[in-house]
Amino acid sequence: MKKSGRLLTLAIVFLTCMAFGVSAQAEQTKLTMYYPVAVGGPLTKIVDSMIADFEKANPDIDVAAIYAGNYNDARIKALAALKSGKPAQLSVMFSIDIYDLIEQDAIVPFEEFAETDEDRAWLKSFYPALMENGMTMGKTWGIPFQRSTIVMYYNKDMFREAGLDPEKPPQTWEELATMGKKLTTKDRWGAMIPSTGYPYWMFGALCKQNGEVLMDGDGKRTFFNKKGVVEALTFWNDLSAKHGVMPKGAIEWSTLRQNFLEGKTAIMWHSTGNLTTVKKKAKFDFGVAMLPASKMRGTPTGGGNFYIFKRTKPEERKAAMRLIKFMTSPERSAEWSMKTGYIGISAAAYKTAALEKYITDFPPAKVARDQLQYATAELSTFQTGRVRKLLDDAIQAALTGKKTPEKALGDAQKSAERILKPYR
Amino acid sequence: MKKQFGYSEALAAWLLAIIWIAPLLYAFWAAFHPDEFAVRFDLFAPLTLSQFKVAWQQAPFLRYYLNTFILVSMILAGQLLLCTLAAYAFARFEFRGREVMFALVLVQLMIVPEVLIVQNYSTLASFNLIDTITGIGLPYMASAFGIFLLRQSFKTIPRELEEAARMEGCGVLGVLWRVYVPCARPTYLAYALVSVSYHWNNFLWPLVVTNSVETRPLTVGLAIFGAPESGVDWSVISAGTLLAVAPLLLAFFLFQRQFVQSFLHAGIK
Amino acid sequence: MTGVYAWLLLMPATILLAAFTHYPTIATFVQSLFSNKTVFRPSRFVGLDNYRAIFDDPVFFKVMQNTLLFALGTVPLSIILALLMAIWVNKHIPGRGFVRLAYFTPTILPMIAVANIWLFFYTPDIGLLDQLSALFGGQGHNWLGDSRTVLGCLMVMTIWKEAGFFMIFYLAALQTHPPELEEAARLEGASRITFFWRVTFPLLMPTTLFVFINALLNSFKLVDHLFILTKGGPDNASNLLLYYIYENAFSFFDTANAATLTVVLLALLATLAILQFTILDKRIHYR
Repeated sequence: MKKSGRLLTLAIVFLTCMAFGVSAQAEQTKLTMYYPVAVGGPLTKIVDSMIADFEKANPDIDVAAIYAGNYNDARIKALAALKSGKPAQLSVMFSIDIYDLIEQDAIVPFEEFAETDEDRAWLKSFYPALMENGMTMGKTWGIPFQRSTIVMYYNKDMFREAGLDPEKPPQTWEELATMGKKLTTKDRWGAMIPSTGYPYWMFGALCKQNGEVLMDGDGKRTFFNKKGVVEALTFWNDLSAKHGVMPKGAIEWSTLRQNFLEGKTAIMWHSTGNLTTVKKKAKFDFGVAMLPASKMRGTPTGGGNFYIFKRTKPEERKAAMRLIKFMTSPERSAEWSMKTGYIGISAAAYKTAALEKYITDFPPAKVARDQLQYATAELSTFQTGRVRKLLDDAIQAALTGKKTPEKALGDAQKSAERILKPYR
Repeated sequence: MKKQFGYSEALAAWLLAIIWIAPLLYAFWAAFHPDEFAVRFDLFAPLTLSQFKVAWQQAPFLRYYLNTFILVSMILAGQLLLCTLAAYAFARFEFRGREVMFALVLVQLMIVPEVLIVQNYSTLASFNLIDTITGIGLPYMASAFGIFLLRQSFKTIPRELEEAARMEGCGVLGVLWRVYVPCARPTYLAYALVSVSYHWNNFLWPLVVTNSVETRPLTVGLAIFGAPESGVDWSVISAGTLLAVAPLLLAFFLFQRQFVQSFLHAGIK
Repeated sequence: MTGVYAWLLLMPATILLAAFTHYPTIATFVQSLFSNKTVFRPSRFVGLDNYRAIFDDPVFFKVMQNTLLFALGTVPLSIILALLMAIWVNKHIPGRGFVRLAYFTPTILPMIAVANIWLFFYTPDIGLLDQLSALFGGQGHNWLGDSRTVLGCLMVMTIWKEAGFFMIFYLAALQTHPPELEEAARLEGASRITFFWRVTFPLLMPTTLFVFINALLNSFKLVDHLFILTKGGPDNASNLLLYYIYENAFSFFDTANAATLTVVLLALLATLAILQFTILDKRIHYR
């Protein structure tokens, strides 16, 4: 009989595991939210501690905050959770996901539960530039949280070495090219603009600087083949092809910070969300500046917004609102900004004593905010994933020399037209 | 006797071996040194364990270990059970449609579950099994490879043993458990090792199915932990990588011979 | 009576196989004939429109080209290296244990984990490859950012991952070869190279075919590293079919397109299966 005991053991192991597998699902919390991280540093820990503070102040609410990877992963996972039996009530997702989320019938506008005057005032308390990607069809769908702009990090030691004034980073495209040339040596590059990960985002900055935007206000039309847009891509490409200050080919978003810290480039364009990590790790004197201008200054905003999902009970929505209000309050926003480099999302955040002092001691921290006055919305349309990939591919095709900027953008525009036409 | 092996050839073999092990060596280098040495090699760089500390704090490794452990044992238990039964039927029973059924099973050797992620995802969703460890495991439990391997093994077992057991009064299942299963032990071991190392390392399907810390296996946890978007920090990532592969790697180094023999065994079939 | 037993024994495995292999295969095909469901438009039968759409999609052709190039680049080289490794490890070279261990180790490491390490090798300027080339006065190269080199880089990594695994199959086969064969050949004065081509290689033919099919299959299903290394870029220069399917299904919510692409992949695999059952000697592996 010993042998058939084996069968029994096997069956028991099997069933126990099955039970484990299912019971893992049964762990329920009152609020579940997903959130992404797209820059360096121990961001998950910071979010966790903010959530813990919230739970301490609100013992009746239990929040499970789940780190889901990058922005794309966060959207995939949050939507997948909605379809499965284990939905989330709110999430931080990419600000540009707004149209897809509306089309999937996944989110509700905040006007629906902003009942009091106080709530309505709260909705208006954020920087208007940060609200552009959160509003469409006359409603507010996303509340800014981890928001950024692109800033220019530069190595002051290298500026000195090249005989440049370390307090005068390039102000225009021409200066970027000429100074870049002086900064480029055998061992390092003058400047790097990342072209993987979020190439369309960097490109949005160049376009705005050249007086162009990439799409209309309701996400149904793109302007990829406009003259100013083509010029912007030509300039980007010229930085390597003509001026030789940037390496050829696609520049990796994720390793760029390492390159900058290792002194392989004198200038990098990157998210302000990297600021605190750069500050901690840089072994040289570095500066942060607004991006240079062609016709004007410009940057897209970027980053994640809070969304509340449609399939939620009224009491869950109330709890979610409390959580969002907590996380976006001036004090929390100031704390978040200091720990990461992301922008404080309201003027009130910059009036808190803590952030005021931080900025006085560390002026680079205010560049991103000051740049907001020149900011525009980030590329966001219906079928954002697909349209965005079209533009990403076009940019990379031009930078790797596969197509001319004109051809690449023309092709992308044609395909985008085909995708967006049904929505008009 | 003539020398069997020239020095140049041995040298080439060694060179290749060093290239092959280099990525792992690098991971050890980066994980045990301060992060400024991640991209710089200096013989006298100070050693540190702090990368492991950081990695351990940044991701719930214990939970991921548990998930992977549950996943791997569940899949293995399911596979052993289902494949044993099916292989027994194919090896020792005559029935109409046997050839057709066997061919239908073999289809899975080609159409591996990875290919059907989209459809299998919606199947799981309709059973409410998204984001469960069971959900990750189900598509792999009926394994054509396992059925095939065990059937081969069962076929080599002499009928006389079966008859002897029957004389002692064993039923159909009794014969299976008292004769066939013990005799096929090497095959089971081989298959188990192959299965465990496959599912320990599997990524795409678990990535698609899992949404939360409670279900993510190590690979998915590691991918999210080391997502390049967050700015690659090779020291911490290397430490995390070593943490994730440590149990399997350790088992492999300790039982190297059995591992290789098992893969050999599975390979011969 | 035995028939009833047999079917009962088969049932659990059959149900799962049907649910996760046969049903989805058919369902995918059906799905590929219907359009997507969105809030604005319900799903409807569109015949072959989805197929027309993918043939209008330049990315699809790029992806197919990459997938085939990837197979062409990884399969023969992995096989050759695997064979070489097996022959070396089968002999009494000094430190054989370590050499075998080194060859085999990549097999048990998760692709997703080693991808981050390879990212370090390939990173321009500060990466290992560029540091090494700098020692010899070479210029840094943007390995993963250059559409001409990116696919090659992924192939090298895949070969590294796979060769040790295939080595095992060759080693298994080599160990069944009687050593007398080689001694006899040596007495006859045959060189090692002649011996290899005349005796060893023909004897290994079934293994080679088996490994070939498996390598080809793996080259279609192995895309884990793309998630870390390139995400298919730049400009789809390293995008592979299965990754493109994943993108369509889970990033773009385009299930119709994903299903259509899956049918293409299934067709590739079916071709492979037919190849296996007709060209290969059936007795060798499946009977």
